[in-house]
Amino acid sequence: MARLPASIPDLVAKFGPHLNREPAGGWTTRGEPDRIVPTHCCFCGQQCGIQLKVKDEKIVGFEPWEAFPFNKGKLCPKGVKRYMQDEHPDRLLTPLARDEARGFQPIDWDTALDRTAREIRRIQSAYGQDAFAVLTGASLTNEKAYLMGKFARVAVRTANIDYNGRLCMVSAAAASKKILGIDRSANPWSDIPKAKVILVAGANIAECAPITTDYLWQARENGAKLIVLDPRMTPIARTADLFIPVRSGGDIGVFYGMLHVMVQRGWINRDFIAAHTTGWDAVEAIVERYTPEYAARVASVPASMIVRAAEMWGPADTSFLLHARGIEHHSKGVENCMAAINLVVATGRIGREGCGYAMITGQGNGQGGREQGQKCDQLPGARDLENPAHREYIAGVWGVEESTIPHTGLSAVPLLEAIHDGRIKGLLLLCFNPAVSLPDGDFIREALGRLEFFTVIDFFMSETARYADIVLPGSLMEEDEGTTTNVEGRVIHHRQVVQPPEGARQDWRIICDLAKRLGAADKFAYESTHDIFEEIRVASKGGVADYAGITWDRIDREMGVFWPCPSLDHPGTPRLYEGWQFGHPDGKAHFQPADWRPAAEEPDAEYPIVLTTGRVVSQYLSGTQTRRIGALVDQYPEPRCEIHPRLAASLGIADDDFVRVESRRGAIVVRAQIVKTIRPDTVFVPYHWPLERSANTCTIRAIDPISKIPEFKICAVRVSRAPEPS
Amino acid sequence: MSELAFFIDYSRCIGCQACVQACEECDTHRGRSLIHLDTIERRDSVQTAPQVCMHCEDPICAQVCPADAIKQTAEGVVQSSLKPRCIGCSNCVLACPFGVPKYDGGVDQMMKCDMCYDRTSTGRRPMCATVCPSGALAFTTIEEIMRTRQGRAVNDWQFGDQHVRTKVFVLVPTEVTRVHVAVIPLSALRRSQPPADPYDVAALLEAH
Repeated sequence: MARLPASIPDLVAKFGPHLNREPAGGWTTRGEPDRIVPTHCCFCGQQCGIQLKVKDEKIVGFEPWEAFPFNKGKLCPKGVKRYMQDEHPDRLLTPLARDEARGFQPIDWDTALDRTAREIRRIQSAYGQDAFAVLTGASLTNEKAYLMGKFARVAVRTANIDYNGRLCMVSAAAASKKILGIDRSANPWSDIPKAKVILVAGANIAECAPITTDYLWQARENGAKLIVLDPRMTPIARTADLFIPVRSGGDIGVFYGMLHVMVQRGWINRDFIAAHTTGWDAVEAIVERYTPEYAARVASVPASMIVRAAEMWGPADTSFLLHARGIEHHSKGVENCMAAINLVVATGRIGREGCGYAMITGQGNGQGGREQGQKCDQLPGARDLENPAHREYIAGVWGVEESTIPHTGLSAVPLLEAIHDGRIKGLLLLCFNPAVSLPDGDFIREALGRLEFFTVIDFFMSETARYADIVLPGSLMEEDEGTTTNVEGRVIHHRQVVQPPEGARQDWRIICDLAKRLGAADKFAYESTHDIFEEIRVASKGGVADYAGITWDRIDREMGVFWPCPSLDHPGTPRLYEGWQFGHPDGKAHFQPADWRPAAEEPDAEYPIVLTTGRVVSQYLSGTQTRRIGALVDQYPEPRCEIHPRLAASLGIADDDFVRVESRRGAIVVRAQIVKTIRPDTVFVPYHWPLERSANTCTIRAIDPISKIPEFKICAVRVSRAPEPS
Repeated sequence: MSELAFFIDYSRCIGCQACVQACEECDTHRGRSLIHLDTIERRDSVQTAPQVCMHCEDPICAQVCPADAIKQTAEGVVQSSLKPRCIGCSNCVLACPFGVPKYDGGVDQMMKCDMCYDRTSTGRRPMCATVCPSGALAFTTIEEIMRTRQGRAVNDWQFGDQHVRTKVFVLVPTEVTRVHVAVIPLSALRRSQPPADPYDVAALLEAH
């Protein structure tokens, strides 16, 4: 399938994005709701508690849920307006089949499912088992994430399953696992206000994890110092005690420059290091070279800032380090995170009250979605796909021969590359919009156009779904029941608030129906998502991410349960590494050395400017949901290129001018926003928009060798004034 | 324990607009947001400031209203103009020192923040102060604020010669007991140093 079944304007006219500005029944239709259901926001990894109001079986509004301890009623604008995706005119209400001449045409469910199952087997018999791939997402519930991993391995029997968490949490996950032994934030958020110094690296908390702001500010009320590393002066950085405007990709310079000063001044905990860690000598040998002057060159900031950071972080009694995509979205993302965690472990300030470390998950189930076995190298319970004992255990849970479980497949970016070069011919995709969210957008869209057969499950016609042969209308979070695991490792309960609209089906039922058609009915005989959760409890038992002791009733009673929770009488584990017991078999933390190296593409004479990308507060991920909510679009209607007045002046660009941002991969035209709050060698464009406004048209398809995360945070571009696009 | 009150801490604001979006969800004016979120000067800074009605003890908007259309509840909440009385003259819009009331041509009356009267009168918190993720807006007791925040909560204002007390408090440095707002003559401004530019990243990179 080389092209879209209809022109993009025709597809947009029919399927949106259209803007929903009013709740079901309009603003004025009121009266008391029939019921108010406490549940959670469907968007980011904070997973705030929220109550949805239901009238006449439609969601008509929300009420803050102040009793939920994590956010206490607090919400960001996305959470407030989230309910506007319900009763949305763009909802897909029938299966659709691509028709070359007439665009997408409605078909019935049996035909759509039969054809999908038939094509899976046709492609596999023609080209091999792994020629059909499955792509999934980290905004799925734990139940659906688990189901997708099992579906790929047991029903489709392909090695090639991966998920969009590959664009999100994998660098943090790998680094945390290598050093601390467990892939999870080490502390509950309640430890943040108890820290005396907080270091935030590459995390625009105000826009990407807004409710964490209150935790930071509460720490400052209690006397904490705040250090922020970011190429942009974000709202958090504006009033930080120390803002270090690090060049994108230069963070290791700051971390190791700080460690260098701390070693010199005796601010590392050598007793702790001797008793509870391995590998310090290798780190110390590298750090020795990171004098403030050298570190400053790596980070491209004044050396005095690095010394000052060490003086704040080094001697503190308690401390908390938070990082996010800013240091993770690099071809050295794992190394960046390891350097950050080394800074924590060198002080021994972890595993006790007010002392710790966390990665800020980006997607709704960024934590849980990476534990249930939908990664290309992983089995449920955060088990290892290549560990014979792990394979044997899961084979037992699934009732299959261990030998039938495929081995490690391709991660997301190589998987799209395999589609592009014809090794993968078919794809089933749920909860992922690679046409917007993967780097080197033109290449990705070209790959999608080369699939022999492509089925998408989604509730809206995403930009990726436009390439599908079959589109199956799925369900919103509030139309199904299940669990997610929030940024703290707290497993929480999403209640079903309403039924899916007539014509759409719950995602898990679609998958089970497909499994049945693939001859695996007995392995997918679930009556409800609760059945799936009960199987997760068994499948994760004894694993790192152990849910065995967690029940939906306990979650409701205890306002969430933190894993690991190995038994019903276990209280759960809000804080990891207490008593300095780390997750490795030897109980120690393992320092990891990592020297700084350049990005895959640094600026040069031809493309002299750094492009970095990220989010705005009113949009979520590829915008499939939030670009359909009028109030959120009004708040930030189109992507803008943030550019420092000094750079703008040198390029003859004025505020609001259209500018062409061009890399070796492609170019976009967006309006300039001239701000002093960004480094003069860097421009920023948010990535939530498609096609000619997609920042990812410019970004580079380079990935970290360990985590396989794409390098969204740095590539080389040139910027010039452009005429208004027609 | 004293009664619940409204507190603003401008320094906490992150400009996310959760308050603006949530205000629109309030039952008495659904679909219309009445809180203001000011972006100070985006070119220079990401600083923003939320502005609810301060609910003056002796409201200036009501004092200048020729139609006597602006009323206070027994609790001291200053309400939007009374529709049958409001003549749309915008005296209140011009007179309010906080810039709160706005004339809405669509409904031909002045509309403004009423501290979510429908919610606060039934024991719930105002929408904006409940959802605010930064704690820039809070609806709680003065004891709780003093226990959890640095600085001082004040509701005393001096605008030139005019003294105003408000129902809403703002958090200010401890040494401040009254917020003074004065007009500075241009001549005085010219004599002073040019303002520092603490939010210019280029300057930060060169300064050290």
